[in-house]
Amino acid sequence: MDSYKVYIGLEVHVELSTQSKFFCGCKTKFGATPNTQVCPVCLGFPGVLPVINKKALEYTIACALALNSKINENSRFARKNYYYPDLPKNFQISQYEEPIATGGWIDIEINGQTKKIGIERVHLEEDAGKLIHGEGEDAEWSFVDCNRAGIPLMEIVSCPEINSPDEAYEYLTILRRILRYLGVSDCNMEEGSLRCDANISLGKAEMGTKTEIKNMNSFKELREGLKVEIQRQANLLKKGEKIIQETRFWDAKKKKTFSMRGKEEAHDYRYFPEPDLLPLYIDDNWTERIKANLPELPQHRFDRFIHEYKLPSYDAGVLTESREIADYFERCVRLFPKPKMVSNWIMGDFMRLIKQEGEVKIKIHPAEVADLLKEVEKGTLSTTLAKEVMEIMFKSGKGVTQIMEEKQLQQITDKKSLEKAAKQVIEENQKAVGDWQKGKSQAIKFLVGQLMKKTKGRANPQLANELIEKKLKELFGASS
Amino acid sequence: MEKRTIDLEQVRYIAHLARLELSLEEEEKFARQLGRILSYVEKLKELDTTNVPPTSHVLPLKNVFREDALGFSLSSKEALSNAPCRKDNWFKVPKIVG
Repeated sequence: MDSYKVYIGLEVHVELSTQSKFFCGCKTKFGATPNTQVCPVCLGFPGVLPVINKKALEYTIACALALNSKINENSRFARKNYYYPDLPKNFQISQYEEPIATGGWIDIEINGQTKKIGIERVHLEEDAGKLIHGEGEDAEWSFVDCNRAGIPLMEIVSCPEINSPDEAYEYLTILRRILRYLGVSDCNMEEGSLRCDANISLGKAEMGTKTEIKNMNSFKELREGLKVEIQRQANLLKKGEKIIQETRFWDAKKKKTFSMRGKEEAHDYRYFPEPDLLPLYIDDNWTERIKANLPELPQHRFDRFIHEYKLPSYDAGVLTESREIADYFERCVRLFPKPKMVSNWIMGDFMRLIKQEGEVKIKIHPAEVADLLKEVEKGTLSTTLAKEVMEIMFKSGKGVTQIMEEKQLQQITDKKSLEKAAKQVIEENQKAVGDWQKGKSQAIKFLVGQLMKKTKGRANPQLANELIEKKLKELFGASS
Repeated sequence: MEKRTIDLEQVRYIAHLARLELSLEEEEKFARQLGRILSYVEKLKELDTTNVPPTSHVLPLKNVFREDALGFSLSSKEALSNAPCRKDNWFKVPKIVG
């Protein structure tokens, strides 16, 4: 296997998060009752006319720009003809010779090095329906839900410049981050709004015969499926056998790829220009307008976080992983301008709490985070208590002050009451006091710890230390 | 008029792509008919199109769009009302796998 170079090209399909479908006004909501978001257009009834959803087109242009692609001034749609039960019209409206955009690249990070992966094209098509295969008494049947049919689907095809399963994983990660930043898709592989097929070939000097792998339904499966297919091809080549150009199906349970169709069934799509849709003309003005409205992209934001906020690259990486977190961080920093402290809080407990909630929905207003950090800085809240407050904030949505009052969480900074407690601690811990008298300075730490425990962590640590020392000296005179 | 022919192999291939089952008689008949249709269309080649750009649409229009807004949808009852087979809210079709 070592003597072969691996060439992988990825075809990524992205369901765009428009409200309505590509060519009709049906909803695009995931998980609805089957066949409730359908109409004569997306069901392919005779005599209907599709009309292009402008937002789907603009989303695609935005993505293409973010991927450094060239927007083609003239592009058009084409019919891709094939018979399959999930395709109501028996053809898919797609693009063939004149896609919306061609060329481009994204940078991936591999072993600490930046590598450019070329983009071949970005085009727009419609999604097919969902097909489930019956079992038991329905073993002879399949069932079709056309809710998905006609949802705008953007296809991004990479050049075969990905040279390992890890690079493929990284490519898809970076690509998904860009798409999420743009807000054009939720890119959820479990729900099928992000799907990825791979073309793989092995070769020495040049690429060998390729196979196409389908049905890798998660990032993990993508990496696994590619590894398995590379091994399969390498074994065949070692035995001197030929690779057959075919589509193969990844079976995640068996961890194998299987041939999907015989050669005699090779697809012949008979593409031709879509007569029901007029050509697209996307001039520079339009492109520039969309470009001007692009959000800051992840790579740029990562670099800026390092320079502007002097954050370590680890922090910048974690914070810019999602646009929501990055936005949130910046809103907090505007109110509490200590970036590293804000970063520590967000990366730590904050992220843990968000993950517990299962979605990146941040209920706490940045002003509350700023208030909390101010309390920590003033010393009225210890770090431990602040963490507790944050957790309550997440669960109850209450403000910092309210929680502190309700829970009586303020640090005890009142000398008198602390002094009383310090005296008690000393009386109750004669052994430690003895140690201190023998010159063991460590004993003070123990006593301070006891005082913290007595006040349920609410004593101001500095003051606690001060008072214990003072009391000891008062009672037993100067020691070590 | 140039004569075009279609052989039986081609007829079977096209029928397969269209998921049609043809009898032997039909294959013969369609081969003849398709050949005649193609020969007829060949007539267009007599036109000189040297200075005519390729055209996919007869109207000189571009960029016809709609806004991303919800519109009319059918109920699943209506959508399924003409389906030869159904189960609950699903269209039911003979199983095709792979």
